Amino acid sequence: MDRTTTEWKFSLNIRAALLAVLILVAGLGLWEGLNRTPVMGGAGAELSEYELLMGGADEMARVPPPSQILERAWEELSNPFYDAGPNDKGIGIQLGYSLYRVLSGYLMAAVIAIPIGFLIGMSPLMYKALNPYIQVLRPISPLAWMPLALFIIRDSEASAIFVIFICSIWPMLLNTAFGVAGVRQDWVNVARTHELSPMKTAFKVILPAAAPTILTGMRISIGIAWLVIVAAEMLVGGTGIGYYVWNEWNNLDLTSVIFSILMIGVVGMLLDLALSAVARLVTYQE
Amino acid sequence: MSHAFVEVQQAAKRFPGARGEEDLTVFENVSFQLDKGEFVCIIGHSGCGKSTIMNALAGLDSLSDGAMIMDGREIQGPSLARGVVFQNYSLLPWLTALENVRFGVRARWKAWDEARVTEHSLEYLEMVGLKGVEDRKPAQLSGGMRQRVSIARAFATKPELLLLDEPFGALDDLTRGVIQDELVKIWGQDRQTVFMITHDVDEAILLADRIFLMTNGPQARIAEAVEIDLPRPRARAEIVKHPHFYRIRNYLVDFLVNRSGELRTADLDRRGLHYPRAVNPVAESATDSDSADAPSSASATDKLVKFTPKETHHG
Repeated sequence: MDRTTTEWKFSLNIRAALLAVLILVAGLGLWEGLNRTPVMGGAGAELSEYELLMGGADEMARVPPPSQILERAWEELSNPFYDAGPNDKGIGIQLGYSLYRVLSGYLMAAVIAIPIGFLIGMSPLMYKALNPYIQVLRPISPLAWMPLALFIIRDSEASAIFVIFICSIWPMLLNTAFGVAGVRQDWVNVARTHELSPMKTAFKVILPAAAPTILTGMRISIGIAWLVIVAAEMLVGGTGIGYYVWNEWNNLDLTSVIFSILMIGVVGMLLDLALSAVARLVTYQE
Repeated sequence: MSHAFVEVQQAAKRFPGARGEEDLTVFENVSFQLDKGEFVCIIGHSGCGKSTIMNALAGLDSLSDGAMIMDGREIQGPSLARGVVFQNYSLLPWLTALENVRFGVRARWKAWDEARVTEHSLEYLEMVGLKGVEDRKPAQLSGGMRQRVSIARAFATKPELLLLDEPFGALDDLTRGVIQDELVKIWGQDRQTVFMITHDVDEAILLADRIFLMTNGPQARIAEAVEIDLPRPRARAEIVKHPHFYRIRNYLVDFLVNRSGELRTADLDRRGLHYPRAVNPVAESATDSDSADAPSSASATDKLVKFTPKETHHG
């Protein structure tokens, strides 16, 4: 019985992997095939001078085929950290800038959101007093803060970090408050019958009990922060993966645009994986 | 005034009624004394306020009226001097069995070094037969094992008063029996004062020196304090053979099935301090075995009254 289930699971994984590869091959094949430049005037026919100037028979700019993108990816990834001036930096450097902004804004948000969330979760008074502000501030698009941030901070770099800060604070704040408020009364009673001080209760009982919920909030936040950084960097410019995408678009280098889109996805996935690994450490089974 | 270890006087719990309605009195005029080293069980139907009495003793709940005094001091708020074992174990699920016991021991003796805390915790885990599984988390333990950890945690802190809130309520009969024996054993070592809620008449007879019988709520009260004078140490297998066992058992069951609902507050004293009437079913039935109103008379022994405790927990 047990053996069959594991065998079944094993074969399921293999079949899923095979199917995924099949979808990839079919998708890329279709894309590649549809992007072939049609040859006008029959095989072997000479192109007119005009046709040559216009890029063959292709009258419309086309999305580059996957083969070109792979080629570009290889090129970029084999030398990710080169720096040839402000408009020509390796993909590694650009991603590094974005990661630095995301992580510094995100960590600042965590430092503020988790204690305040704790307070709100523990005290119904604080919850009721702060809730209206949270409800108004939370739905504001983080980019809407950008002009105000630029005006007040007077530094585009810091403004981008501020935008990350403001967008990642809410899920962490609300999840912390929710997790803390939802700690089972039994566990709090255990702390009370053992005469634990409020600080010890907070650290030894409430924090571990609420940790999985807090981590869920942190995971949502990092996802949002990574979404927002691309847009923020398109606005502030200079460095970062968002700027890179926009810069390559201005260069009409669609191959690089598609490559960087893929890189944004890969890095976002890695960030999420990292936090889910942390979440697994603090998760407990009831 | 009194020299009892625990003294509860005219305790009452009322909840304010909805608009225009009277307050709901769960219980009132509940007074009793516990002597040091005594094992007292309290039995009553759900809703009579047993758990409220226990939580008030633990300092987790407050009474509407009345006073609770332990060792000459009024009970205010929770204290390490009163250990609690909850029905749902209340283990911290992110800690292992050993860490859960250590949590209690560490809180009790702050000056102890790590090795001493561990050693003391392991000793109590071993006492409840959990040697070898101390590194498992509660989720990896069976219900019975979890309750053992909880009992080990409570006993390891050596509280002066132990409060057990239906500790075996969620366990199957076999497991329950084994842990009852362990409880008897571990209690026999330290002879702590124990106050325990149960729905199980046999369990109460096995463990208790006295059994408090509560009438049904609302306006519940402790009607009688039944003395269990079966010789100790008691064992489950032996105790049923004792000639007094069924007489006591039938007395208790009869109370729960018939009299707990019939006894109205009006039949009992409303004012003043009254301790529950002490009853010894064996002695009573011996003296007035012919009297018709004695529910524990010989006739009751013949036709066994069946009582199935309904498992609910919101008292």
